[in-house]
Amino acid sequence: MNSLQNYLLLSSLLFSIGLAGALIRRNAILVLIGIELMLNAANLNLIAFWRFGPNPAALTGIMFAIFSISIAAAEAAVGLGIILAAYRHSKTTDLDRMNSLRG
Amino acid sequence: MNVSFILLAIITVVGTAAAMGMRNAVHCVLALTVGLAGVAALYLQLGAQFVGFTQIMVYVGAVAILAVFAIMMTHSPEPAKPPTFSSFWTVGSVVAASVFAVLAWAIHSSSLAAHTLPPQPEVTVQQIGDALMHRFVLPLELMGLLLTAALIGAVVIAMNHREEIK
Repeated sequence: MNSLQNYLLLSSLLFSIGLAGALIRRNAILVLIGIELMLNAANLNLIAFWRFGPNPAALTGIMFAIFSISIAAAEAAVGLGIILAAYRHSKTTDLDRMNSLRG
Repeated sequence: MNVSFILLAIITVVGTAAAMGMRNAVHCVLALTVGLAGVAALYLQLGAQFVGFTQIMVYVGAVAILAVFAIMMTHSPEPAKPPTFSSFWTVGSVVAASVFAVLAWAIHSSSLAAHTLPPQPEVTVQQIGDALMHRFVLPLELMGLLLTAALIGAVVIAMNHREEIK
């Protein structure tokens, strides 16, 4: 018997892994991937609450998850474009060495 | 709590933790695809087939390949290997662990355990399409606008402007 609490615990663990990656990795691309992991944890929460909710026939959780996945895809495309532009400027993706805001 | 949930949870957590902890960036993305496929399988287990297959197509297909391309385009030829983690990695780990502790405490002390699993709803792709075309048609159009703007914006940002400057 799967209870809602197991899914919520799993998704909070996923969120913490993504947060740790976004905070401690030096590679900018992997920081972006950590943010994607946090979005995935939120999606898992949405689907779990939809499935265990009182009215699953309303499809609201599924719609939220679909729109959230689309926004995450747009965010990944724009973020990787920004990382490529910053790499062309500073010749590194190491966030500890990207410490200048001057153009 | 059945066996399939435990297996999928282990696959997901191990894959994502390896994606955030390994040294080689390409290996990280490959581990990430395993973790995200585990999340997609969890969606399928919860009865959201459409979202599960969307997850596989968008994340395991598109986002992972995009990340691999970005890693290969930004690969620096210098042989010196910088440390994988940032200089303040202890603070970041403590923050992430305390966030998980607070969330786990909140989930544990809530009254969610009383929820029982309702019968499996029958969700067909036709129903999702009907909802997208009637009730959610304005968000759908906004999403198309957002994706178009993101596509054009990503191309413009990543484009090489050197010829225009000369």
